[in-house]
Amino acid sequence: MSLPGPPPHTDLCGAPLPPLPTLGGAALRNPPETGAARRWMDAEVVEVRRETATTSTFRLALPSWEAHVPGQHYVVRLSAADGYRAERSYSIASPPEDVGHVELTVERLGDGEVSPYLHDEVRAGDTLTVRGPFGGWFVWRGTRPALAVGGGSGVVPLMAMLRHARAARAACREVAEIQAVVSFRDEAHVLYAGEWGEGSTVVLSRQSSPVGRPAGRIAVADVEGPLARVLRAATCERPPEVFVCGSTPFAAAAEAVLARAGSPTEALHVERFGPSAPPT
Amino acid sequence: MSSPAPFVGRRGRDARLPPGQYDVGSDYPVLTAEATPNVSSKTWTFTVDGLVERPTSLTAAELRALPRSTWEGDIHCVTTWSKLGTSFTGASLDSVLDLAGVAPSATHALSWSSSGYTTNLPVEDLTGGRAWLVWEHEGRPLTTEHGGPVRMLVPHLYFWKSAKWVAGLRFLDHDEPGFWERHGYHHRGDPWREQRYAGDG
Repeated sequence: MSLPGPPPHTDLCGAPLPPLPTLGGAALRNPPETGAARRWMDAEVVEVRRETATTSTFRLALPSWEAHVPGQHYVVRLSAADGYRAERSYSIASPPEDVGHVELTVERLGDGEVSPYLHDEVRAGDTLTVRGPFGGWFVWRGTRPALAVGGGSGVVPLMAMLRHARAARAACREVAEIQAVVSFRDEAHVLYAGEWGEGSTVVLSRQSSPVGRPAGRIAVADVEGPLARVLRAATCERPPEVFVCGSTPFAAAAEAVLARAGSPTEALHVERFGPSAPPT
Repeated sequence: MSSPAPFVGRRGRDARLPPGQYDVGSDYPVLTAEATPNVSSKTWTFTVDGLVERPTSLTAAELRALPRSTWEGDIHCVTTWSKLGTSFTGASLDSVLDLAGVAPSATHALSWSSSGYTTNLPVEDLTGGRAWLVWEHEGRPLTTEHGGPVRMLVPHLYFWKSAKWVAGLRFLDHDEPGFWERHGYHHRGDPWREQRYAGDG
């Protein structure tokens, strides 16, 4: 399908100007598929599932559901009686094959305004005001081989990608190779424990792992095998994609490790959150 | 369905916060979509082209020779944090655009960065003392992670409109979406009207 492009760039005399550099390549020049307005809606919380001591997954039934792309997020809005409201974005953990529902995994931040309320007050059967899905950059469509690197609650959008790949394969639909490298503090902090499985590498920063990896932050040795598998699966038509999601310090460390491992920087999509420096 | 317990939220909210925003305090989160580029102020240039009378390119030294200007106020990120009472120092974009002479036919500009990042802005949001090219934050040189050596500052719009590592402005006779605007975000991004995503009022 060919869409009309924007008018050419010219100078005052009508002479053409060189194209500007375009992050993500020219393929992303089409109008965004997320172009329509997303309205607030009341979703029913059908299940609250504890993942770790500080993290829970909220499963929502949406009155107006639309298939998301793994990596996208929803916005949750809380309103006080006096009209004050707070909004936060949470990544979708569920795959688009989960029709009618989305699952948002939320870490309880002790000094937070929204996440403590979600954890302490919201139960199955309650209503939450949400809108989405949003985000068109940190998304994996399942068409290009991908390496997904996440730390802590940054693994949530990566789980949506893995679940999407597994659901597609289970339905005999073609889907590209995806490898995940996920990092947690220790076993007690592992999100979606038992679900990483094939194609995933779990790194523990403060505890040696069951497969004998000593405790330590993500390193070149953790990513080079998965990266090699993704690069082997890549072709000219289907170049690789690399996703990094986590806190700002984690993302900076992962970016550096990937660069040392020879990961192509032009394929990098980064999503950071939280404070710019580790808490002191 | 039932309603959960009443939400109260933080009290004593600051009137400087637009709807849906929270005060991030002394922190200054880093939000970028791409790998952080390494741009040296020795080789940095800023190019104004497109519908201008005199296409212009400035070095960092030439930019710093323009009248110095410090802006103080609040910045608002679409991810809902706001940083209140902060400051940036640089040169007013008006003084740069005076060198280039924006043509009356120009309605919008694409601001672009060496990373390939782009963002679109109407001409009226870039002129009349509303936009700056800045190289200091709160009296210190702008760090690379925050867009150094020079970034755009358009503080009355959500902060994705203030391009990091900015390298140029191209004036056009039409509105053309930039990076985030092609990925579902609003074309203008006024925080007081909560223009976060495409289709918002």
